[in-house]
Amino acid sequence: MGWRGAGLFVLMFGLLAVVGMVQSWPLAFTILNLCLISAILSLGVNIQWGYAGLLNVGVMGFVALGGMAGIVVSLPPVTEAVQAGGGGILLALLIALGVAGVVWLLARHMRGKLRILTITLVLIAGAFLARSAFDPAVEAIEAVDSARTGFLGGLGLPILFSWIVGGIFAAGAAWLIGKVSLGLRSDYLAIATLGISEIIIAMLKNEDWLTRGVKNVTGLPRPVPYEVDLQTSPRLIELADRWNMSIVDVASVAVKLCYAGLFLAVLLIVLWFSERALKSPWGRMMRAIRDNEVAAEAMGKDVTARHLQVFVLGSAVLGIAGAMLTTLDGQFTPASYQPLRFTFLIWVMVIVGGSGNNWGAVLGGFVVWFFWVEAEPIGLWVMDTLTSGLAEDSALREHLLKSAAHMRLMTMGAILLLVLRFAPKGLIPER
Amino acid sequence: MEALNALALLGNYLIVPGVTYGCQLALGALGITLIYGILRFSNFAHGETMAFGTMVVILATWGLQSLGVSLGPLPTALLALPVGILAAIGLLLLTDRYVYRFYRRQRSTPVIYLIASIGVMFIYNGLIRFIIGPNDQQFSDGSRFIIKAREFKQMTGLNEGLAIKTTQGITVIVTIILVIALFWFLNRTRAGKSMRAYSDNEDLALLSGIDPDRVVMIAWIITAALATIAGTLYGLDKSFKPFTYLQILLPIFAAAIVGGLGSPVGAIAGGFVIAFSEIAVTFAWRKVFGYMGYETDSLMQLLSTDYKFAVSFAILVIVLLVRPTGLFAGKSF
Repeated sequence: MGWRGAGLFVLMFGLLAVVGMVQSWPLAFTILNLCLISAILSLGVNIQWGYAGLLNVGVMGFVALGGMAGIVVSLPPVTEAVQAGGGGILLALLIALGVAGVVWLLARHMRGKLRILTITLVLIAGAFLARSAFDPAVEAIEAVDSARTGFLGGLGLPILFSWIVGGIFAAGAAWLIGKVSLGLRSDYLAIATLGISEIIIAMLKNEDWLTRGVKNVTGLPRPVPYEVDLQTSPRLIELADRWNMSIVDVASVAVKLCYAGLFLAVLLIVLWFSERALKSPWGRMMRAIRDNEVAAEAMGKDVTARHLQVFVLGSAVLGIAGAMLTTLDGQFTPASYQPLRFTFLIWVMVIVGGSGNNWGAVLGGFVVWFFWVEAEPIGLWVMDTLTSGLAEDSALREHLLKSAAHMRLMTMGAILLLVLRFAPKGLIPER
Repeated sequence: MEALNALALLGNYLIVPGVTYGCQLALGALGITLIYGILRFSNFAHGETMAFGTMVVILATWGLQSLGVSLGPLPTALLALPVGILAAIGLLLLTDRYVYRFYRRQRSTPVIYLIASIGVMFIYNGLIRFIIGPNDQQFSDGSRFIIKAREFKQMTGLNEGLAIKTTQGITVIVTIILVIALFWFLNRTRAGKSMRAYSDNEDLALLSGIDPDRVVMIAWIITAALATIAGTLYGLDKSFKPFTYLQILLPIFAAAIVGGLGSPVGAIAGGFVIAFSEIAVTFAWRKVFGYMGYETDSLMQLLSTDYKFAVSFAILVIVLLVRPTGLFAGKSF
């Protein structure tokens, strides 16, 4: 990482400490936790973009899929709903798999003009057949106490398992999408991932039987203690007295520290593997492919297969981070996934940090998330100062103050463009 | 009679909206394809360009309305279009000068342009929300319908009504005029021919004395005009909400790829393919089948309308699998 990188990290933690002292410590730790998750997201995109030059514009979709794992793994099953519709869903799934198998066989073995027509007909018939099993099952599930449940629930396992499952979900989606669009021009992967992410979000919003849709799932079980329980702990009360802080703040910081410990552990594991991979023969091969595909192919490397591999790996990391995010929030709200926040912001992190350098990606995650959060108070303050000459009730002043929140979109765009042009290697350049 | 009823029903819910939406997508996809043909990258800021142009049109429309200017039965926005187009041209040329030109001189790979266009998208997005806010804006005025459903029923004596909104009529007419003008420009004028030459073979075009900066400038100007008009028509037809312009980016890209990136004819064909499949797949066919003599309880709907993006995506995937160059053989590698 070098002195420069280390210095930048020290500076970053200094900034977090300033937030702790000036604003509040719980806020500083909230930012820290999201910085850690952002760093993992940024590592995931760096694996795809930095190692292999693959453009994933659907980060949001993989993050949301990972987030869904939080529900599927951790919530207790809704027995009544499973009895009402579980069988139907399973049957529909089997039919869908069967149809997919038939289509695959047809596509492989049929030739001639009837091929496309037959496949289309099989697909339409299969869709209706699957729907005939699926629709009544969904209706039955959603009818079960729809104000409180109305969905299948989960497996009732500890929520930490969802981090792995989330990774697997995202990897599966990535394999499908990569299989279709890799090997064509680079833009096609970008557009295909943009599409799949929109569809995943639409699915999460509308498949109420699986995720409760826009009714959201709240109160997911936690891997760490609750603040309320900690507030009565004598040791924490003593600490609060010594530091002259309120016990509420101390308990909140303690919980956030627990999360931070877990996230840091994951970050270090991912970072360790990423560094090892990048420095191994495999990593050198990836970079060789990135820098000159034709030459790498001439050396006998299977470019498309390697691209698929690295794309799946990176997406798995995104899925893990998505599940972590759901764990931290304690809830799953499909409507909160916005492309600007979950796709393009992560891109800014990687580019600013230094594409191709894992430490850079981590630093980018920290720096960009920090300023994303702090841009609003800073922007508000700037606007307030700038417009202080105007009358209190001036319409322009009011409009400008109200729009300060949108400033951060522009700021992020400007940062992306400036870094891309004047420091394309980022804060910590690739060696 | 039953067959006529089925036809009117299809016309009302499938054909009229499909043609309108197809026109809007086609105009959007033409902008994508032109930039792809000349600058060789997929412009992710295109949706926001549409939104920006439309925003200026809306502001100008409000200005005209407050002055008491109106076009009678037609929406005032048509009168405000030139203002929006000029603003969009200004914005795109500024962007090209300060963002893309640098990469052109560097001869960067398309991916770098693409990322730059994402940054540009961010900035436009912020700019739009900063000026007009993230909320819904209504700016359509004039008479709402060319044919009302009730009038149609009285006129023909059918059970099913067929309504055509003024905005739908305008969309189709404007699109036809624009497409004719564009193809005349590309095929008949010197500037248009030099653009096609540049798109086909950059080196040969440079060798024969075509000024690349001029070609790029014309491409941006045409794109700005197309984007503003497409955005305004879409906004008039539905309503203007900055967020929706980010969402129609996907069907627009799908249209451009289905037709073949870099091929203007393809962009138009692709727009209609996407529009009609999207509506046909999410349409509840029950009543149509009812008129054809097949009664059923099921809605006969392949996919709920929430999944309309899935349709453009599915078509995109099929095209990538079967014919990556698109219907009209664009550039796939």
